[in-house]
Amino acid sequence: MRILIMGCGRTGAQLASVLDSEGHQITILDTNDYSFRRLPPDFKGTALVGDGTNDETLKKAGIDQMDAFVAVTQGDNRNIMAAQIAKYIFKVPKVLLRIYDPLRRELYNNLGLEAFSPTIIFAQLLKDNLLDRG
Amino acid sequence: MYIILVGGGKVGYHLAKELLAEGHEVLVIEKDRSRFDFICGELGSICMHGDGCEVTTQAEAGTARADILIAVTGDDEDNLVACQVAKHKFKVPRTIARSSNPKNEALFRMLGVNVTVSSTDVIMEIIQQEVPTHMLTHLLTLHERGIEMVEVKIPADAKSVGKKIKDLSLPTGSVLTVIIRRDQRPLTASPDLIIQTGDQIIALTPTDSEELLKSALRGK
Repeated sequence: MRILIMGCGRTGAQLASVLDSEGHQITILDTNDYSFRRLPPDFKGTALVGDGTNDETLKKAGIDQMDAFVAVTQGDNRNIMAAQIAKYIFKVPKVLLRIYDPLRRELYNNLGLEAFSPTIIFAQLLKDNLLDRG
Repeated sequence: MYIILVGGGKVGYHLAKELLAEGHEVLVIEKDRSRFDFICGELGSICMHGDGCEVTTQAEAGTARADILIAVTGDDEDNLVACQVAKHKFKVPRTIARSSNPKNEALFRMLGVNVTVSSTDVIMEIIQQEVPTHMLTHLLTLHERGIEMVEVKIPADAKSVGKKIKDLSLPTGSVLTVIIRRDQRPLTASPDLIIQTGDQIIALTPTDSEELLKSALRGK
């Protein structure tokens, strides 16, 4: 699969490195090239400096040819805006994004985006483990 | 009207002041504590400290009864989300967003924001109107109908000079409305009127026929 990842923080870099090692074609975007230090030395994909809420940057990153787009920057609103550009302007078939804020995640899921909230997922995981072992 | 402003920077502050002077009920939502203190000090308790993109903050601000929400922070993505939350969660009938990147206007409209104001575009329009050499000036865009109102200036070497309006080959759907001639009152663009050098023609045209209209009027 050709996958464009926006945001090379811990999550973005981890996802990029796993998918890359499994043979997928990865392009990863970040506004700061210092973030690319998180990628493994044998990373075969493309790392690009740029803002994923800008359609010209997305075009340069080859969004027209992508099978999937994943928005995992630190900013909920940046992820929301970029994901909507990918989905509605560039018609990327699969668009995933992170929204920390549970309420905003719910709203955008209702509007048709596939959004995940680490806050909800991690709290649930902690709760399950607490009660299992209690 | 109850108007909520998201972002109390320079634009938000001055907008709030104007809207208050017009007698509206105004609430500014501002994230930054010192900016919040400043606005309260200047305009009274019309400011709320919080993140206007958050559902809980908007709920507390009584967004459900707002007539308009205007998002004027410095970040396009925050303005988009503030408007979308207001529209979809609280059914605010009208949302207005400020955008820095003029290209975001089309995106925002597609995503349900009613009006997008791009300061870059506004300044560009003023430059176009002020610089006399500009060949075709956009005066107004009717987005829903795909129609532009433009002003075209006629140079001395244009082949339209000396011709009657009815003899021009204008693109389908383009209409000349008024001609402003030096030292004269505006003239109705009637079919028998003869085009002169220096005429300023106000025309309506479908957006995609703009180039054709320009060459019909200004072509050599």
